[in-house]
Amino acid sequence: MPRTASKTTKKRSKPYTVTSSDTDPVPSASSKTKKSSKENDEKYKLFNKYANTSSGVIDPEGIEKLCSKLKVSHTDIKILMLAWKMKSERQGYFTKAEWRRALKALKVDTTKKLKKALPELEEQVRKPLNFADFYAYAFRYCLTDERQNCIDIETICQLLDMVLGSTFRDQVDHFVDYLKIQNDYKVITMDQWMGFYRFCNEISFPDMTNYSLELAWPLILDNFFEWMREKQA
Amino acid sequence: SLSFKMERKTIDLDQGWDYMQTGITKLKRILEGLPEPQFDSEQYMMLYTTIYNMCTQKPPHDYSQQLYDKYREAFEEYIHSTVLPALREKHDEYMLRELVKRWSNHKVMVRWLSRFFYYLDRYFIARRSLPPLNEVGLTCFRDLVYNELHSKVKDAVIALVDKEREGEQIDRALLKNVLDIYVEIGMGQMERYEEDFESFMLLDSASYYSRKASSWIQEDSCPDYMLKSEECLKKERERVAHYLHSSSEPKLVEKVQHELLVVYANQLLEKEHSGCRALLRDDKVDDLSRMYRLYHKIVKGLEPVANIFKQHVTAEGNALVQQAEDTATNHAANTASVQEQVLIRKVIELHDKYMVYVVECFQNHTLFHKALKEAFEIFCNKTVAGSSSAELLATFCDNILKKGGSEKLSDEAIEDTLEKVVKLLAYISDKDLFAEFYRKKLARRLLFDRSANDDHERSILTKLKQQCGGQFTSKMEGMVTDLTLARENQNSFEEYLGNNPAANPGIDLTVTVLTTGFWPSYKSFDINLPAEMVKCVEVFKGFYETKTKHRKLTWIYSLGTCHLNGKFDTKPIELVVSTYQAAVLLLFNTTDKLSYTDILTQLNLSHEDLVRLLHSLSCARYKILLKEPSTKTVSQSDSFEFNSKFTDRMRRIKIPLPPVDERKKVVEDVDKDRRYAIDAAIVRIMKSRKVLGHQQLVSECVEQLSRMFKPDIKAIKKRMEDLITRDYLERDKENPNMFRYLA
Repeated sequence: MPRTASKTTKKRSKPYTVTSSDTDPVPSASSKTKKSSKENDEKYKLFNKYANTSSGVIDPEGIEKLCSKLKVSHTDIKILMLAWKMKSERQGYFTKAEWRRALKALKVDTTKKLKKALPELEEQVRKPLNFADFYAYAFRYCLTDERQNCIDIETICQLLDMVLGSTFRDQVDHFVDYLKIQNDYKVITMDQWMGFYRFCNEISFPDMTNYSLELAWPLILDNFFEWMREKQA
Repeated sequence: SLSFKMERKTIDLDQGWDYMQTGITKLKRILEGLPEPQFDSEQYMMLYTTIYNMCTQKPPHDYSQQLYDKYREAFEEYIHSTVLPALREKHDEYMLRELVKRWSNHKVMVRWLSRFFYYLDRYFIARRSLPPLNEVGLTCFRDLVYNELHSKVKDAVIALVDKEREGEQIDRALLKNVLDIYVEIGMGQMERYEEDFESFMLLDSASYYSRKASSWIQEDSCPDYMLKSEECLKKERERVAHYLHSSSEPKLVEKVQHELLVVYANQLLEKEHSGCRALLRDDKVDDLSRMYRLYHKIVKGLEPVANIFKQHVTAEGNALVQQAEDTATNHAANTASVQEQVLIRKVIELHDKYMVYVVECFQNHTLFHKALKEAFEIFCNKTVAGSSSAELLATFCDNILKKGGSEKLSDEAIEDTLEKVVKLLAYISDKDLFAEFYRKKLARRLLFDRSANDDHERSILTKLKQQCGGQFTSKMEGMVTDLTLARENQNSFEEYLGNNPAANPGIDLTVTVLTTGFWPSYKSFDINLPAEMVKCVEVFKGFYETKTKHRKLTWIYSLGTCHLNGKFDTKPIELVVSTYQAAVLLLFNTTDKLSYTDILTQLNLSHEDLVRLLHSLSCARYKILLKEPSTKTVSQSDSFEFNSKFTDRMRRIKIPLPPVDERKKVVEDVDKDRRYAIDAAIVRIMKSRKVLGHQQLVSECVEQLSRMFKPDIKAIKKRMEDLITRDYLERDKENPNMFRYLA
């Protein structure tokens, strides 16, 4: 039976517009030309330390190298935060411009300084306003191509653990358990992803007394809620 | 000449009053029943004139004021000296009689005296804005007699009323007269009656009936109690008619109803062996009608009754469903389906039975129509042995409409049944599921010429259209029309063949062209047709292209029928088989023996289909093929041979293919359609509202779709999420419970 409301698949708006609230302390009206070339050199030198010379970008191998120098695991949230800070568009790769952006914002130009700046970066990102933005970014960052708008369950579970594990351990553990055993969804959409964040912030856990099936929570959370209730009974 | 002046002699007050007193005394004597002749006109005139003169004399002899006062004093004197003593010495009924007499006398006295003193009424009272004579007279009685005695009188009256309630005879006329006093003494207002009598009477009545009710409710059955209540109400109404003031009726009735019916409503209706439930169970129509009459006039009185009615009907319906379910699980498949048909019949009977109750016992009251509807909606949507009620109903219709289905019934009976079936459909929430099952079965009837009666087919479609709207039946009507067109088309085809003998495939071919949108969707396989049939397809295609160039023909071989001549040893027998079965059999024209795998490869069918086909030809009633090994089921290692020894007493036999269970497909198709319907509804609503809260969107969606099915809330949520992913909707940034339409 033909669909009555026919519509061609909408062209997705550019998925990687990150609205980072963090701006340079110095108004960036000033163009690159004003910057001292010495500073730029330092950043580029640092960039070149990790970049792949043929592709001109820092690739996964380079990132691993960076991570070991920074003494953080490449699955550490701080790396993702760094990616957010630089508005990195492609998972596993840092371009020159992106690299420069981050370092400039953090006011660092050596690995050592970068390492020192990471805890402060984390603190900053964890502020509620920034974190919501960062949380959404994390989802988009994991999308592997333009046409995709959802992420497989396994990746989501890892991402949840990384991004929300330290602040909402309980919720993440239970939800991840649920995601693994349920069969309704094989992928998670942005709406569901953001819904879970709202859930963590608004719903008391594990009692969930202020949750309501009458509201517009994503269906997967309704199912999760019912599953939890059954377990608690 | 003689001139004389008529000089009126001035009457002195005392003098004049003395004269008046004679008149008053005479009057009193008459009232006391003493031997005294009535006033004649001359006496009357004299008395009247005396007053007239005394009032019209020049000052200081105009005695209007004094006379006005003396008028009143006359009453006061009489009351104090005679009336009150007479009343005070009597009690109960005697006192009442005396009072009536004294009141009557007083009114006479007022009438006469005010006639004598009439002149005062004409000018004096108006000039001084004083109460008129009539009022003065009545006020005297009120202030002196009534005020003293009304309470005692009231007690005496109420005592008599209660006596009457207990069955004793009382003097109703007396009571009427007494109560008239209360009314008249109010002088135009009902206050005296209401405050000095009615309020007490109502209180007394309430406590009287409260006592009665508390003992009756223990001792009596519900019907008996209701009879008594009805009787009491009737008697109280009579009471009002006979001696209470008419304005007391609604108040008294309300009190009685309250004590008898409202206070004990629950206990009465829920009485274990005789209450509402029992009455329904035992079909006590009269008692239920009484119950309706009694509770109809009480505010919200019918609600508990309607509720019990609903519960009863629901229980009966559930019992029928359970019965069918139990029979189905305990018996073989074919008796189970008979049970299901029996169930529908019984549900129809149940509906008829309780509709009579609604119309007759419960006087067509909306509460009861609603109760019946809600009850049916509960059990009519239950599944029986895996079949939804929608399917059962569709099967029921099919059984009536197909050949051999209801030939024993008269046309009228069939029409009546169809009418009732359509009415039942109103209670089923999955109407779209019914439509789909109905459509599938209609298709089968139409395509295999199994419809018993064209008129009935059209009749039920008309009824369905009336009840569910044109959209519901448009496809079905299209199917019926297709068949008519197909016949015409076939004629054209035969003409074409006549004109093009080279194109003739050598086999009689009848093709029915169906319009895709109207008919249920059928799977069509790329079966390798026998060469003869391939030619037929080509020929028809050629013909069809001469008629229309823009349409695509898709062949549904699974619906075809083939007549084969089986050249068996004993005698030739015509076999009526499906096209697929024919394809299998025709393989044996070229080879004697074939293995399962051979047939599979040659025909290009699925295992499921092939097993079914081979089973029907080798393991069922008519064994056209011999199977090796001759086990009861077909397995992939079997081989088959043409059974030349086959015979039957008939010259033509039909070899049926057991129908594929269409249920799963129907449910799938309907679910798919529902997803589209929900999508469309959501988009339609959001497009017009632009921004809407979640709960409102859901409820509007349910409302819009309710004509065809009851959408699952989760399903709506799922579609909404899908629409979000497809960028039709988005959540509001501020309020995640609000949605926006994305243009």
